[in-house]
Amino acid sequence: MDSKFDENDNVLYLQITEEIDHHKAEKIRRLMDNEITRFMPRKIVFDFSNVSFMDSAGIGLLIGRYKLIKLLGGTAEIININKTISKVLEMSGILKIIPIQNEENVC
Amino acid sequence: MKSIYDNEMELSFLSKSNNEAFARITVAAFAAQLDPTIEELADIKTAVSEAVTNCIIHGYENTEGLIKIKATLLKNEIEIEISDSGKGIEDIELARKPLYTTKGNLERSGMGFTIMESFMDEVEIYSVVDIGTKVIMKKKIKKQENAEENEEKNALIN
Repeated sequence: MDSKFDENDNVLYLQITEEIDHHKAEKIRRLMDNEITRFMPRKIVFDFSNVSFMDSAGIGLLIGRYKLIKLLGGTAEIININKTISKVLEMSGILKIIPIQNEENVC
Repeated sequence: MKSIYDNEMELSFLSKSNNEAFARITVAAFAAQLDPTIEELADIKTAVSEAVTNCIIHGYENTEGLIKIKATLLKNEIEIEISDSGKGIEDIELARKPLYTTKGNLERSGMGFTIMESFMDEVEIYSVVDIGTKVIMKKKIKKQENAEENEEKNALIN
């Protein structure tokens, strides 16, 4: 996972660079929480441009990070997501709280 | 032995979480014989990943055991059977419900069976407490109508 913190806008970009399943989720979760608590951003943006696979482990991962950012008074967004992965997220209803933005923002 | 299927394969591996990727990639490679679209292949990979993860965290509860996968091809349909000899499911109807999970503390979403059901055409679950669980999933691969695209693909392969 790579991350970039935009100081001006107080936005933390979290770019996931591996397949998200139950095996990988634990490690990604630790890295993300580390970055979120370090920068205390106003907004986190999950960048999916390098994610080729995600199963339901990704839903739990995103909801968990959403709870953390909400606790800090911030919001979350998703960018650059493919069709199959957005199908998984749509089914869970999570897109109502973490919307997909269409900007081609890459960190 | 003459199989009633056009092709079949069996796979058996330890319930280690790093085998989740191995299992879904192997089944996808086998399913590729039916010439599925990228989207159909992604559906199969996701469903297999969910079923195998269930065996690991629910069936064996992170202890070591064997997970078996049998996949068969008949005409344009793939049937995938994924089984464990773990603790079993007490109430299958409850387990099938969206958002139901016994492992909420592990950030599990409870969407596993819902995803299997919506990404595959048919999902059957058989389970006996303390004996194990078997999930059988079927998916028909649609005939690709775009013959031109197929020709291009063949030209690339040859």
